Amino acid sequence: MQKSLNIDPGKCTGCLQCEMACSYEHTGTFNPSRSYIKVFTFHHEGRFAPYTCTQCDEAWCQRACPVDAISVDMATGAKVISDDKCVGCKVCTIACPFGTVNYSQATGKVVKCDLCGGDPECVKACPTDAITYVDSDWTGYDKMMASASKSLPSAEATT
Amino acid sequence: MSWTRKILRVDLSKGTCTAEDLNMEWAKEYLGQRGLASKYLVEEVDPKCDALGPDNKLIIATGPLTGTMASTGARYSVICKSPLTGAIAASNSGGFLGAEMKFAGWDMIIFEGKSEKPVYLLMQDDKVELRSADGIWGKSAWETDDILHATHQDPQMRIACIGRTAEAGCLYAAVINDRHRAAGRSGVGTVMASKNLKAIAIRGTGGIGNLENAGKFFEAVDAGKQVLADGAVTGQGLPAYGTQVLMNVINSVGALPAHNMRDVGFAGAENISAEAMAEPRASDGKPNLTTNAGCFGCTIACGRISTVDKTHFTVKDKPQYHGAAGGLEYEAAWALGADTGVDDLDALTYVNFLCNEDGFDPISFGSTLAAAMEMFEDGDITTKDTGGIELKFGSVEAFVAATELLISGEGFGKDLGLGSKRLCEKYKRPELSMTVKGQEFPAYDPRGIQGIGLNYATSNRGACHLRGYTVASEILGIPVKTEPGDAEGKPELVKAFQDATAVVDSAGLCIFTTFAWGMDNIAPQIDAACEGDWSVEGCLEVGERIWNMERIFNQAAGFTADDDKLPKRMMEEAIKSGPTEGQVSRMGEMLPKYYEIRGWNPKGEVTADTRKRLSL
Repeated sequence: MQKSLNIDPGKCTGCLQCEMACSYEHTGTFNPSRSYIKVFTFHHEGRFAPYTCTQCDEAWCQRACPVDAISVDMATGAKVISDDKCVGCKVCTIACPFGTVNYSQATGKVVKCDLCGGDPECVKACPTDAITYVDSDWTGYDKMMASASKSLPSAEATT
Repeated sequence: MSWTRKILRVDLSKGTCTAEDLNMEWAKEYLGQRGLASKYLVEEVDPKCDALGPDNKLIIATGPLTGTMASTGARYSVICKSPLTGAIAASNSGGFLGAEMKFAGWDMIIFEGKSEKPVYLLMQDDKVELRSADGIWGKSAWETDDILHATHQDPQMRIACIGRTAEAGCLYAAVINDRHRAAGRSGVGTVMASKNLKAIAIRGTGGIGNLENAGKFFEAVDAGKQVLADGAVTGQGLPAYGTQVLMNVINSVGALPAHNMRDVGFAGAENISAEAMAEPRASDGKPNLTTNAGCFGCTIACGRISTVDKTHFTVKDKPQYHGAAGGLEYEAAWALGADTGVDDLDALTYVNFLCNEDGFDPISFGSTLAAAMEMFEDGDITTKDTGGIELKFGSVEAFVAATELLISGEGFGKDLGLGSKRLCEKYKRPELSMTVKGQEFPAYDPRGIQGIGLNYATSNRGACHLRGYTVASEILGIPVKTEPGDAEGKPELVKAFQDATAVVDSAGLCIFTTFAWGMDNIAPQIDAACEGDWSVEGCLEVGERIWNMERIFNQAAGFTADDDKLPKRMMEEAIKSGPTEGQVSRMGEMLPKYYEIRGWNPKGEVTADTRKRLSL
């Protein structure tokens, strides 16, 4: 079964536990500036949005890479950067329509979400279940159910 | 060792920035943040200095857990001698700035001297410099935040700054960070302004990776998070209702002061409560509360993000206030609302926005305004003084006009910026100032809740709920229930809360965790992150040491037992009605015992034996 990160911005409080967990997993430091998942704060709307790679099946980044540094982790479906191959040309960062592959000055390579090998740290760190890791076929399940509940006839009408 | 072991000393007179090693001997005795920065202050600043002169210092300090995954590890404090009280000040704030400072590689910044011209500090990891504040001096905190982000083209930069009230000399101005969080009390923003320092802009990319024992750390941190999630207050009450969950609770037990504490119990409490903030309003069907929000690393997320009704008279012609911003916390809702008799939720939210936008303490402002209103009703202050404002309790128009006048720094606004004590002295009614050591009371009546009264009286920064929040025990039953009307046992309770709070602050954690955590949850997190032995007992001794050190600073500044007093109203005017009718503060039964268990003499002075025991 393939699984995907499922993000519900409505549940996010902007605490950045996910950014700390991600950066600790990948760099050994609590360091939001090097997290592969970013939480955006929209002050005037009072909203928060965690955002990261969706692991496209036909990935623009992978197609654009001139040195074949991006491969598929067959266990998770994640598109993974090989640091040995990456030359830091940044073409993938231009190709990605979502901006979720980024260059890191600290390493001279590009970085992106790798799903932590199938056990994403951001999911475990999120205190409000704004980020979950679910069956890829059912990322819309919660929304679908909420919507379905609205389609029920009212209790009055059924009695 | 989750300290970065590095502090920055900024000499504003000379315009120099110098890196220094953190004094690790002191770190082991005072932990970090409030405790450790106070140690630096005590060693370097004359307690008798002019708080607004160049000899005072302003320290921005993080704790060893600030910037880690420990829940609520967001906190930093601003430490200095207070211009409002003349006592030691340590004002604590959340948001994101403290963690960013750690990521940039610094535990602490010590500002000394006074800059000739307005400046701001730019900190980008190791690269640190003072820059001209032309273009931001005279601007609000929100404008300053926008301008600095634009200037440096860095949306991730974290900014702390002062607003216009600090520049105008208001004695209870705050340091605002991340737009909606404040080191709010005791006028720390006024000290920042006195140094011609407008802002601190920080970007840190180094992160924190030096945990003493990472395995143990994650074990302790994960266990702690679970306790917070399972706690009724931390897991449900605070995220859903914020601290405003208290408005109806405190009112119902007869401890919600109103009208400059002339009364207890406020008829309009429900209209300004958490429940009211969740009610859809008529004009647009949206509630006041947009969402809850967390500070850095916080798994509680009590923060309020609110909007004001766009049709309300306060903002109808001011589209800049139509967006969401930091909403009402309980203390602000009480001071701005119940204490002034105003129960208009939109007006309170608007003024709360202004407190953040222009950087002033809503508790001190609301209490000062309430004192002014009482003097107006008694005829001591007239419309001649106020520039025509009919300063009556409950008048929403007067409330809003007075706030806008404070920000302008003109006319009666200057008087309001003095704080309650100086205002009441100016108009010859000193007994109407609801303050201890010159700092205004928060939202709990010391006649209705005895322990919190003792805490107000003995708090080292003047009246304050955050120095020893015995309300947790006396009203909420956390960790054990004590009777709010009892005096017996309260000296011990107050001491225990005060010492534990000093530890929580100094670690870089939020005091709200203690609605679920005991020291046995906190100490293991510190111990795993930091070198040294941080047992429960060791932590509590550090807390007691910090408390006594602050007391000794205040003694040297000239404070005596005479300053550990509540206003006459609390001692002599009994509560007139409600469940606590007839009660006054029983301070006389509590204070001598408190001195005794603190190891102080009957004059409230720290004895030689106690100094020796605590290595002071």
